[in-house]
Amino acid sequence: MEERNPLSLKEYKVIANDAIAPGVFVLRYRRDFTFIPGQVVAVALHPAHQPRMYSIASGMQDEEVWLLYNIRPEGELTPPLSELIAGHSIFASAPSGSFYGKAAPAVWIAAGTGIAPFVSMWRSGIRRDKLLIHGGRFLHSFYFEDTFKGALRENYIRCCSNESGDGVFHGRLTTWLQQQPNLPTDRKYYLCGSAEMVVETRDILIEKQISYDNIVAEIYF
Amino acid sequence: MAKEALFGKTLGELQKIVAGFGLPAYTARQIAGWLYQKDITTIDEMSNLSKNARLLLNEHYEFGLTPFTKVQTSTDGTRKYLFAAGDMKFIEAAYIPEEERSTLCVSSQVGCKMGCLFCMTGKQGFQTNLTAGQIINQVRSIPETAKLTNIVYMGMGEPLDNIDEVMKSLEIMTADWGYGWSPKRITVSTIGIIPAMRLFLAQSQCHLAVSMHTPFEEERQRLMPIENVYKLSEVLDIIRNFDLGRQRRVSFEYIMFKGINDTPRHVKELARILNGIRCRINLIRFHPIPGTPLESSTDEVIEQFMIDLNEKGIRTTLRASRGQDIFAACGLLSTKELVKRQQEDY
Repeated sequence: MEERNPLSLKEYKVIANDAIAPGVFVLRYRRDFTFIPGQVVAVALHPAHQPRMYSIASGMQDEEVWLLYNIRPEGELTPPLSELIAGHSIFASAPSGSFYGKAAPAVWIAAGTGIAPFVSMWRSGIRRDKLLIHGGRFLHSFYFEDTFKGALRENYIRCCSNESGDGVFHGRLTTWLQQQPNLPTDRKYYLCGSAEMVVETRDILIEKQISYDNIVAEIYF
Repeated sequence: MAKEALFGKTLGELQKIVAGFGLPAYTARQIAGWLYQKDITTIDEMSNLSKNARLLLNEHYEFGLTPFTKVQTSTDGTRKYLFAAGDMKFIEAAYIPEEERSTLCVSSQVGCKMGCLFCMTGKQGFQTNLTAGQIINQVRSIPETAKLTNIVYMGMGEPLDNIDEVMKSLEIMTADWGYGWSPKRITVSTIGIIPAMRLFLAQSQCHLAVSMHTPFEEERQRLMPIENVYKLSEVLDIIRNFDLGRQRRVSFEYIMFKGINDTPRHVKELARILNGIRCRINLIRFHPIPGTPLESSTDEVIEQFMIDLNEKGIRTTLRASRGQDIFAACGLLSTKELVKRQQEDY
């Protein structure tokens, strides 16, 4: 496996770029580096473009790199990225970052595509004593739910703000957290999502006596 | 539909506009002169442009200045200006007069994505990037414009998360066709977005301020989520290996948190990691925000911390807290209450 500057971009051929929900895709390319779950890669469509960071969703042993992304209509990258097909090129950096939720027990909290690093951790074998709380707007927003549903059972909480469904909390994940009378204070909380979600969730956890020392956040930007 | 603003266009962009209109190339410099060097507010006042040029410009563009909508004045003379930045979006700029200098602290984004534990701006999430025009409008549209001696990009937002518009604004501020400011009077702050910081170091001559707040990785991860993506150690390596020349300054911002980052262990580690970097540290008192688990270090501890760092050979100063009573002090800028709630995906 090759060692290189994490910020220089290298060309990769897309293996697949599949829609898994409306406006949400998993792009796959061959892995030629080692990484730690929770790490990110920078991605661009041209080596001279300003890249965007994406968490790796695949596991350490997977031969492919999976990137979970949603189309941001106003964005410069994701609309054309979603049109790529097998054989097209992307430019990606080596992995970097240190959002590694290996502690056990631990609570993983994700919003939308913020589930990606937790999918990577899970697929890499980091599975012991985890509570996963995933927030999404729609019932189709629980990406990779087949991965977690059977294995985590009652420790897999899905919170849907815009729709109701079987076994799904109807409301935002922050509402679910606020409704919990006793959140455990003796474990790590790993948060991944937008700035709004991370800041609001962190405030709730601190209000519920979770030490900020036990809160680790990854914000996608 | 609102017309596009001319204010905030670089010379290169103006050249493209005039070429598109079939106007003489020199018209671009004339327009830049009117936008950035003269005290006018309409295209019609650009009196050395041909009538046809003014007609064409008026048809497609507006001058583009935005007046402030509110001002608050602190007992210490600091003034906080509120500007609209699009539909239900607002930013603040803080004017800080001192005996020998007058500084304007400008915003670069509405809100911020970085989610630092100690910052009020982060609590409102991120709404949008400012354009170069909206950034320099803060300089141009306050009554104290002529008194300004320094500009710091330390208001709302992470400047290097909006690198393209920030670089354009710096070009306009420092170019001879623009405001002609010395880059040595402008400081851009960052929490360390490495690709953008490399670009800023290479393509600008302005000073750099890095929000550090602790030398230890694990502590910084808790205070600043960015540490999970771009490590401070990598930020320091880049600065250490970059030839900054004699004039350009790097400073590290360090908010003092009681019992967290204010110990002799921190002094020792700061001295170790800053070895080989010509820099200074600005200590900042923490201004508490709602719901924060953090407290400010006491004045005695801060004073001792500063002495200890200076004794280690690191030039260290304590930044005066200004405008705290109007929430204009470091880390307190926020327009959360004015922002329409966004669509949440959680």
